[in-house]
Amino acid sequence: MKSKKAPYFFIAPALFLLLVFSIIPIFLALFISFTDMSLAGLADYSRVSFIGMENYSTIINDQVFIKSIQNTLFYVVFGVPLVILFSMTIAILIKLGDNKFFSMMRVVFYSPSITNIVAVALVWTFLFNPSQHIGLLNQFLAWFGVGPVGWLTDTDISKISLGILAVWRAIGINMLIFSAALQSIPDSMYEAAELDGANRWQQIWRITIPQLKFSTFFVVVTTIIGWLQFFEEPFVMTDGGPLNSTISVALFIYRNGFQLNNFGYAAAGSLLLFIAIIIATLVQFRIQKIDNK
Amino acid sequence: MINVDKKTKLVIGIVLAVWGAMTIVPFFWMILAAFKTNAEIVAVDQNLLPEQWTFENFSILFERLNFDVYFINTVIITVLSFIGLFLNAMAGFAFAHYDFKGKEFLFLMVLATMMIPGQVTMIPVYLILNQIGLTNTYLGIVLPSLTSAFGIFLFRQFFSSISEEFFEAARLDGASEFYVFFRVALPLSTPILAVQGILTFIGGWNSFLWPLIIANDQRYYTLSVGLQLLQGQHASNHALQMAGAAFMVIPILIIFIALQKYILTGFDISGGK
Repeated sequence: MKSKKAPYFFIAPALFLLLVFSIIPIFLALFISFTDMSLAGLADYSRVSFIGMENYSTIINDQVFIKSIQNTLFYVVFGVPLVILFSMTIAILIKLGDNKFFSMMRVVFYSPSITNIVAVALVWTFLFNPSQHIGLLNQFLAWFGVGPVGWLTDTDISKISLGILAVWRAIGINMLIFSAALQSIPDSMYEAAELDGANRWQQIWRITIPQLKFSTFFVVVTTIIGWLQFFEEPFVMTDGGPLNSTISVALFIYRNGFQLNNFGYAAAGSLLLFIAIIIATLVQFRIQKIDNK
Repeated sequence: MINVDKKTKLVIGIVLAVWGAMTIVPFFWMILAAFKTNAEIVAVDQNLLPEQWTFENFSILFERLNFDVYFINTVIITVLSFIGLFLNAMAGFAFAHYDFKGKEFLFLMVLATMMIPGQVTMIPVYLILNQIGLTNTYLGIVLPSLTSAFGIFLFRQFFSSISEEFFEAARLDGASEFYVFFRVALPLSTPILAVQGILTFIGGWNSFLWPLIIANDQRYYTLSVGLQLLQGQHASNHALQMAGAAFMVIPILIIFIALQKYILTGFDISGGK
């Protein structure tokens, strides 16, 4: 006989931790965002006072916050399509090859995804070094008489440089998701198309890509959420500079919370980010639904 | 799949090989630089390979820069994070094989937490841990990310595919529910334990944000945090930075290549079998 209590014992520890470290913090963040909680308030709670919507009215006029939103949008608008394009292309090419060599390439393309982000950020900072003797990319460009490019020091280019690193890292895991989905397309669909005289391009456009619809949706949602939380790369490589050209919303929150100790202000920023994530997800679900009709 | 002739296959192979080579160039460059002296890296005349392979960078990291402490901390945190793996497995098992009041609601709540970004919980969690005195402790660093909704979800998917009969048989023999879980369910779940175990290891080894926030005492820094410090304190010593990065990246790459068979199959989101 199954015990009635056992399942509660099994789920209790995990659910308790999720409750304390995910769910309650949301409400706490909401509460804190209406206060002027700072380092002084942390030591003595009687010094924390309610200030209503003041954090929110200040933050929407904060030039740095606005800049961080613009940068984050830039990453979403350019980064998401590139990640989808590259990871889907690689997954399809590997599937077309379908032998040992091609399977090995999966390991190669996935490797950036599992490596430590701080380590990788340091490596790319080194590759992006502005000197033509030190930075690999500038050494390479110098061969063609181009450069040196201020990869991380030029305000127009720094955003793109961090984007390159993030796309490089994001390809691997998304390629695996597409690869898994490609396995489940029945061969009979291609055979039927071939009998009807469809060439390879037509087969890719008319069968493969439409069949990848669900995984594309999944990748779009997770990649957007990922970009909205873009943090380690600008934190390690540029600290948001030069001139805030690479600051992201997540870095803005971290800086205000843990470097300037304005916990209330940072909490207000984090809730706006959370709302943005919910909206982005709901819009995606909407589009997906319309598509299916 | 689409039929491709030999010639097309060769072209595709070459495209992928070039693209793949570009993908791993940063790793090669890192490894080569880690064994050069910094003087060689900044010199005007560049060689691809180190003139003389040196381990000096690594010995500086460990003998002068506390990387030995960071390494031990990282190992401790990685080991502790495996507790979370068992908690996830336990919860996933309960959601898959028991009927209990509130099950649907609780499972939905678990899934909903996947949407919550770390940046929102960062500040309140810090305040909570600070309040109960867990800042600058291993427990404080590990607790916030110990369980994961996605992990629970994957375990539930896996256990749902195992027939109830296995567990019924054990119960008829008088086994307790805990016995059923530890001695019947867990041994059956080796494939998913392998994937999740590897991912837990990688996650623990790479953990950065919580150690950064919770530990403000050097004695509790992890390798990632120590590495990030290098960039500030030894900004112009590229060789030293690359040695630190190589020490973090190479073990993971080796484990990944050795166990790729398990990892690469763990991402089928459609749940198809």
